[in-house]
Amino acid sequence: MFDELRDLYQEVVFDHNRNPRNFRVMEDASRKIDGFNPLCGDRITLYVKVNGNVIEDVSFQGSGCAISTASASLMTEIVRGHTEEETHEIFELFHRIVTGEDQRTDFGELGKLAVLAGVRAYPARVKCATLAWHSLEAALKEEAETVSTE
Amino acid sequence: MSATFDVARIRQDFPILGETIHGKPLVYLDNAASTQKPKAVLDTLRHVYEHDYANVHRGVHTLSQRATDLFEGAREKIRAFINARDIKEIIFVRGTTEAVNLVAQSYGRSSLQAGDEILITAMEHHSNIVPWQMLCQQTGAVLKVAPINLVGEIIMEEFEALLTERTKLVSVVHMSNALGTINPVKRIVELAHAKGVPVMLDGAQAIPHMPVDVQALDCDFYAFSGHKLCGPSGIGVLYGKEALLKAMPPWQGGGDMIRMVTFAKSEYNTLPYKFEAGTPAIAEAVGLGEAVDYLQTIGMDKIAAYEQLLLDYATQKALEIPALKIIGTANDKGAILGFTLHHIHPHDIGTMLDQLGIAVRAGHHCAMPVMDFFGVPATARASFSFYNTAEEVDVLIDGIKQIIEVFG
Repeated sequence: MFDELRDLYQEVVFDHNRNPRNFRVMEDASRKIDGFNPLCGDRITLYVKVNGNVIEDVSFQGSGCAISTASASLMTEIVRGHTEEETHEIFELFHRIVTGEDQRTDFGELGKLAVLAGVRAYPARVKCATLAWHSLEAALKEEAETVSTE
Repeated sequence: MSATFDVARIRQDFPILGETIHGKPLVYLDNAASTQKPKAVLDTLRHVYEHDYANVHRGVHTLSQRATDLFEGAREKIRAFINARDIKEIIFVRGTTEAVNLVAQSYGRSSLQAGDEILITAMEHHSNIVPWQMLCQQTGAVLKVAPINLVGEIIMEEFEALLTERTKLVSVVHMSNALGTINPVKRIVELAHAKGVPVMLDGAQAIPHMPVDVQALDCDFYAFSGHKLCGPSGIGVLYGKEALLKAMPPWQGGGDMIRMVTFAKSEYNTLPYKFEAGTPAIAEAVGLGEAVDYLQTIGMDKIAAYEQLLLDYATQKALEIPALKIIGTANDKGAILGFTLHHIHPHDIGTMLDQLGIAVRAGHHCAMPVMDFFGVPATARASFSFYNTAEEVDVLIDGIKQIIEVFG
């Protein structure tokens, strides 16, 4: 019945929604930021531990839809171990993927990003997928205020 | 569902109901956000622009006179629809939001002082919160909020306790857009008037679903939007008691709201024009008049009775789904079914139902304090109109069951 939605709701999305990775408070985070999507009320608190300029650990808490939860969960896995500069580049790439600017389906070692590519066919849901990523960008820029997708 | 209510025939009046979405027949259950338009309204808009359109209250030429007659004719239809005493009490605005802002900035700003209180409730739409917060910032007045209980009703003892000699204005939603609750507004008006406090009612949700008589309610202001009443968007109404409107200063300045202008001073126009600066939404007002005619041909009493049957049926079916929790279970409730599904976010519900052709709203419904109160980030909301059917309720319920299945 929902076959047409399989690009958006892949098994990996369901999996990360049911069992989000790195879904925890980080006591020794070097940065913590609150993200908010006023359109739907999704909230995320993102914790980042930066060592030198390498992202040593990322975790999150909050409530959101399957797309936003899975996106946040996948993001914590994808960016760990990358430098801040690399992370910024991944963010840019991710943004191009979900807005449909980058139509590729194979992203090499960043393959997990492909899971979220399906969102590009659903403009109303792009903000769900980008909330965690915008929050991460802001955290790396050390913007103190609540991040909004609006 | 009702022998006297021919919903199949009514559906023929709404061209959009024949649309298919993702290959499925449209099931439009987002009526609290905006209603669809009957052909009569669409034809009226077209007819105005093709045959009767010019600016109003200005020209001596024939078309201007025709447009003015239609525009003022619509005002009279709306007066009769809500049983106002006089057309002077019917101010055309863009919608409910603008009406609340008008009252806040004209009545509120000219009569409230630091320390005065405005009393609202915990179930208000943002449009009946933010204009008062802005007024409080401007005047030093204080916003007080009467709490609600777990079924989504105003706790009347608390409301009464908050109604004091400091209260200068009460503004309450007639029917909640997030919960469906129909508030005891007549009682609220009585309580407030006993203390000499005027009452504004936000009627955006109530007016499409029940007969509204502003004289029987005795409210001082009543606001609603055309687009939730099968009319066009961009047009709405502020009803105000003549004595209050007369004493209020204009809100926006411009053409139409003046009688005489010199550079030294301007003399303001009479009611209702004092509050209608600039060219109004002409065709839209005429379209709203047509919508009101259309609804009255069916009968607001019949609409209310039919929608109640539909809500009862939907509620009963929804309660059979163990994972479903209804948000808003007031005794007196309009045709709105707000709900959450255990572990499934409303946004996911909205996208999946859309795939089945079903339009619902998912989100905070511009009532974030209500969501906070119930401890949910958002709800899914199916809101019904008189053109919806029991079969559509079945499609919704079946869709919800399918979603629960795929989420596991």
